[in-house]
Amino acid sequence: MMLTGGQIVCESLIKEGVDVIFGIPGGAILPLYQDLPDYPQLHHILMRHEQGAAHAADGYARATGKVGVAFATSGPGATNLITGIATAHMDSVPTVFITGQVARAAIGKDAFQETDVTGITLPITKHNYLVMNASEIAETIKEAFYLASTGRPGPVLVDIPKDVFVEKAEFEYPETVNLPNYDMPQEADPEQVQEAVQLIKEAQKPLILAGHGVIISRAYDELMELAEKAQIPVITTLLGISSFPETHPLSVGMPGMHGMAYASLAINEADLLLGLGMRFDDRITGKLSAFAPNAKVIHVEVDPSEVHKNVRATVPLIGDLKKVLQQLVPAVEPKSHEEWVQRIEELRVEHPPMRPKVTGELRPQYVIQALSQATNGNAVIVTGVGQHQMWAAQHYTFTKQNSWITSGGLGAMGFEVPAALGAQVGRPDAVVWSVAGDGGFQMTMSELATMVENNIPVKFAIFNNRYLGMVRQWQDIFYEKSYVATHYTGNPDFVKLADAFGIFGTRVTKEEEALPAIKAAMEYPGPALIDFVVAQEENVYPMIPAGGTIDQLMEEPIEGHA
Amino acid sequence: MAGHESTIVAMVRDRPGVLNRISSMFRRRNFNIVSLAVGQSEQPGMSRMAFVVNGDDATVDQVIKQLRKLIDVATVSPISEETMISRELALIRVNANASNRAEITQIVEIYRAHIVDVAPDSLIVEVTGDEDKVQSLKNLLSTFGITEMIRTGRVAMVRGMAQVASQNGRTDIT
Repeated sequence: MMLTGGQIVCESLIKEGVDVIFGIPGGAILPLYQDLPDYPQLHHILMRHEQGAAHAADGYARATGKVGVAFATSGPGATNLITGIATAHMDSVPTVFITGQVARAAIGKDAFQETDVTGITLPITKHNYLVMNASEIAETIKEAFYLASTGRPGPVLVDIPKDVFVEKAEFEYPETVNLPNYDMPQEADPEQVQEAVQLIKEAQKPLILAGHGVIISRAYDELMELAEKAQIPVITTLLGISSFPETHPLSVGMPGMHGMAYASLAINEADLLLGLGMRFDDRITGKLSAFAPNAKVIHVEVDPSEVHKNVRATVPLIGDLKKVLQQLVPAVEPKSHEEWVQRIEELRVEHPPMRPKVTGELRPQYVIQALSQATNGNAVIVTGVGQHQMWAAQHYTFTKQNSWITSGGLGAMGFEVPAALGAQVGRPDAVVWSVAGDGGFQMTMSELATMVENNIPVKFAIFNNRYLGMVRQWQDIFYEKSYVATHYTGNPDFVKLADAFGIFGTRVTKEEEALPAIKAAMEYPGPALIDFVVAQEENVYPMIPAGGTIDQLMEEPIEGHA
Repeated sequence: MAGHESTIVAMVRDRPGVLNRISSMFRRRNFNIVSLAVGQSEQPGMSRMAFVVNGDDATVDQVIKQLRKLIDVATVSPISEETMISRELALIRVNANASNRAEITQIVEIYRAHIVDVAPDSLIVEVTGDEDKVQSLKNLLSTFGITEMIRTGRVAMVRGMAQVASQNGRTDIT
């Protein structure tokens, strides 16, 4: 069947099971857009900014486990995707980006809206392609989806020149990919599994560090079985949150820079760490030479390049986490670690998770707890980066699998608005709350219009402290309270803004108003926004400084606590 | 662990931009390349690359793993000093005149190098060998004045007997 390049793109996307595309058209990609109406299975959501398209595809992918897809035109369209692509790369999110390029004859001539997009995205994609013939499109898209979604997932970009979209070629979708040397670890080496079993048997103070890999490989049940069978307490990394129910007696919460003090202290005392689908990020380890000084390490990872990168593994287990845990769980002997579990409980009592001051101001931690209560821990929580993110990670009680979507590795402000949009599109029946900072919200709030247009009922909790809060906190602690360029003195009236976009909006300034406002927002049938005017100079505690050690742990100053 | 030079040989798909992908990875990960040689291999559509990398063992392990992660890279093999045959080629333009040309020729012969171009005031010497040999000839010729030099970087293979011995398994780092 002879089809145009644009038709081949659409046919290929349908073969890959794509049903929604986030994008913005422009000159170089127009021929593809002209073919779109012939494929009603492909629902296109017109975004307001390409960064929004990229984050929305990311949020959709994280919420569903499917590949998220975004379209953008050449030049500025493609460069606007970059923050979103880098976010997906750092957090291993399966995404495919299709960008228009100037016509083949114009490439290299500095043509209007020409940018070397494959060059720019080289270090922030798992792989990328410039497709120079329509006959190569089908094979390339097949490969792109395969690479994006297998092994350690990640973003793949396909750049297609304008005239290739109109060139005709024979369409036949390949059944398989021709990537003979693409390593896809499955099961781990059985000998190493035995070594791991032995380490677990010998350990007196074992800890599981459950990362994003648990969610990506859907290894929830296996993680639960391992934890319960060998009675190993479970710490969840920032991206591992919602891989293990926080109401479970073995749940220890998040460690690291703003993690629970008792989680970080437990790591310090542990004699065995089981890193499951995580990469020992610097926000967890702090100073590497002082990290987990007494612990042997079992590191289960699908990506061999993560093993020994930051922390030397005593036993590396390379493979798909779910499959490796299926090898490990039957081989592990049932055990109990009553003393160790008791010790962590002591640490928890000595260093309780929350003791914010009662000051009469609206405490952000309280707002998160109210949100947790009102949603019964059942919402999908989407955040950007900063104080609001840490408070949400600390104080929301996550009980549902894969209910936490955050910009972890890249730490991109503004992620919270379009990623929530994408998550809601992927899970239309879920209650999706975008927990936003007033700074991040203003970076991408134009997507409210997209939500109105498409009736995407995301609820927004804006943590409005009129500051770039986390930056202010660093200035407070490390820069002698010199608040340079972090104070917003002219924020818009977010309630009027909600009105201008045609969505529900309300303001909360007192704690007793929080729950009723949250409930009202959830009862409203469309997008809704709450402007929580929170205490301006609240800091996130506990805190271990960047590159620091457990000895430098800062907890909330004691006086004035409830 | 102290830094040292390690040789890594990789088979890569002969595609546009593949060299860029590899060099970009080295730059991005802050790895130090001493030399890099690329050319056709015995397999159509595949190129073979030889890297000399400077770093401690952990760094070299990481380089190998990051190379393996690149989609266009098919195989990556570290080569140990003991089993390695390595060569480098250099072209060296050296000042020469009637009075010292014979002396230079003698040195070149001792090194089993060749004179490939002769001009009234200069010679071009072609030398092949391991880096030590190339370096030592270069040092000797520098007394006459080297005006131009180009070196290919190391190319390397595993000795036949050693290859048979290691065929039982790929030496994986992890």
